[in-house]
Amino acid sequence: MRIDEFIMEKTIQEIEDEIVDEFGFFESWQDKYEYIIELGKKLNGYPEDKQTNDHKVKGCQSSVWLVTDDEDGRIIFKADSDSTIVKGLIALLIRVLNRRTPDEILDAKLDFIAKTGLQQHLAQTRANGLAAMIKQMKMYALAYKAKQLN
Amino acid sequence: MHSKVNQLMQDTLTKKIFDVDEVRKDFPILSREVGGNPLVYLDNAATSQKPQSVINAINDYYSYYNANIHRGVYYISIKASEAYENAKIKVKEFINASSEREVVFTRGATEAINLIAYSYGLENVNEGDEIIISEMEHHANIVPWQVLCEKKKAVLKVIPVNDSGELLLDEYKKLLSDKTKIVAVCQISNTLGTINPVKEIIRLAKDKNKEIAVVIDGAQAIHHTKVDVRDLGADFYVFSSHKMYGPMGIGVLYGRAELLEAMPPYQTGGDMISSVSFKGTTYNDIPMKFEAGTPNVEGAVGLAAAIDYIGDIGFEAIHRQETELLEYAAGLLEEIKGLKIIGTAKEKTGVISFIVDGLNALDIGIMLDTYGVAVRTGQHCTEPLMERFGIPGTVRVSFAFYNTKAEIDIFVNALKKAIKILS
Repeated sequence: MRIDEFIMEKTIQEIEDEIVDEFGFFESWQDKYEYIIELGKKLNGYPEDKQTNDHKVKGCQSSVWLVTDDEDGRIIFKADSDSTIVKGLIALLIRVLNRRTPDEILDAKLDFIAKTGLQQHLAQTRANGLAAMIKQMKMYALAYKAKQLN
Repeated sequence: MHSKVNQLMQDTLTKKIFDVDEVRKDFPILSREVGGNPLVYLDNAATSQKPQSVINAINDYYSYYNANIHRGVYYISIKASEAYENAKIKVKEFINASSEREVVFTRGATEAINLIAYSYGLENVNEGDEIIISEMEHHANIVPWQVLCEKKKAVLKVIPVNDSGELLLDEYKKLLSDKTKIVAVCQISNTLGTINPVKEIIRLAKDKNKEIAVVIDGAQAIHHTKVDVRDLGADFYVFSSHKMYGPMGIGVLYGRAELLEAMPPYQTGGDMISSVSFKGTTYNDIPMKFEAGTPNVEGAVGLAAAIDYIGDIGFEAIHRQETELLEYAAGLLEEIKGLKIIGTAKEKTGVISFIVDGLNALDIGIMLDTYGVAVRTGQHCTEPLMERFGIPGTVRVSFAFYNTKAEIDIFVNALKKAIKILS
């Protein structure tokens, strides 16, 4: 088994399917949000000194910060927000996209957002910045890819 | 005494007794559900809901007499032109303008302010001149003046607000100078609900120099209180139809005829000209001079129906119901631990903005939505005001006369649950 296969045993698609299953478990949107809020409360580890404008994701009603690192050609995301719900959404995105190669991130369809119903609830309004976060994560992937090619 | 009794009897006979349950039946959207919960619509300061009479007026227009106006010689075009002109007369009477020539239809209050800035402003403001606005203005009443100041090297002065969210009139008096050319303030704050003493503000400007043009942003006032532009002494008064139970996409610029006549056109094209040749063009009279292109006839027809509707309900009933709701909601909110109301002016209406310790406004708004409660969260297009209060944003609930105490109970209970989940 190669080292990268060991790190990420599950594919992006498998994790997305897992999330869709988890959301199917809850009947009401209150419960789904409670779950997202719990995920948000658990998302830690963002360096406080990086809560600056340089790392802010533009286009959100709440403040969202995102930093990246790379390890063996894979991207590591760390993010934070002053909104617990937005933090929960970031936690979901990180669960899917963390420690993936730039190509995997760029190819990720992220259709769990539509399948869980989050699309309908959140994606239409720019207030929560879900679309802006995804765009920013993919931009980072593109930048890393360019760096690797050089 | 005798005449007072007569008046009272007359009022009782002509005015319907206000019954909120009956009134709600006029608004089809109010009976819908959201995610299995009845819709509790508390974002009226952003846009109000529309009564069936407004929806019918628009429907009738498209079903029976839709045509381009002013140029057609045939029956339905003449009917459409008549409806458009009648809407202007209705607006004129509604705000007590001297003439319908003083009523310009725009896309909304925002376009009306831009029109003033680009037409009156570019013509009358020069290097070193001053424009006074206030700290509680909506971006629509900040940015056009900022751009004008940049273009003309003029200076933007800002009236500060106190901790209750009231304008500091003494500071305003100090800002008025020989260089002041324009004063632009809102009658009611969209974020705080503060009612500004605009009559006094206008008088103070005119006492300083009667040439100062005073622009009143009435977007949040026009549906809460009877507006009389001549009694106020306003040079310009702007508002949007969508906040007063009328359709979106149309609003009003009232301007004193003398000022409008002297102003150059803002946009050019058809309908605003009197004759065109390649040697030169002469412009139409006011208000047509400011209405280039095919106007929003549907909007005008809907707005006229909205004015009629407000007339039927009556400002007295509107005021009574909205004040009752405001006081009831404020009382319940004040009991919630960690909740702080932003904007506690003595004179306020229609709006409660609040924050909850340690919680994000957006999160509260999203959770309230899951209970069918529609509120506004964020900065409400008043970033400088948020900065003044040192907060990133608020949750704002805003009431209309068709809201009920039962809805406020639903909102407050949902809020308590949201706070519990988020804490």
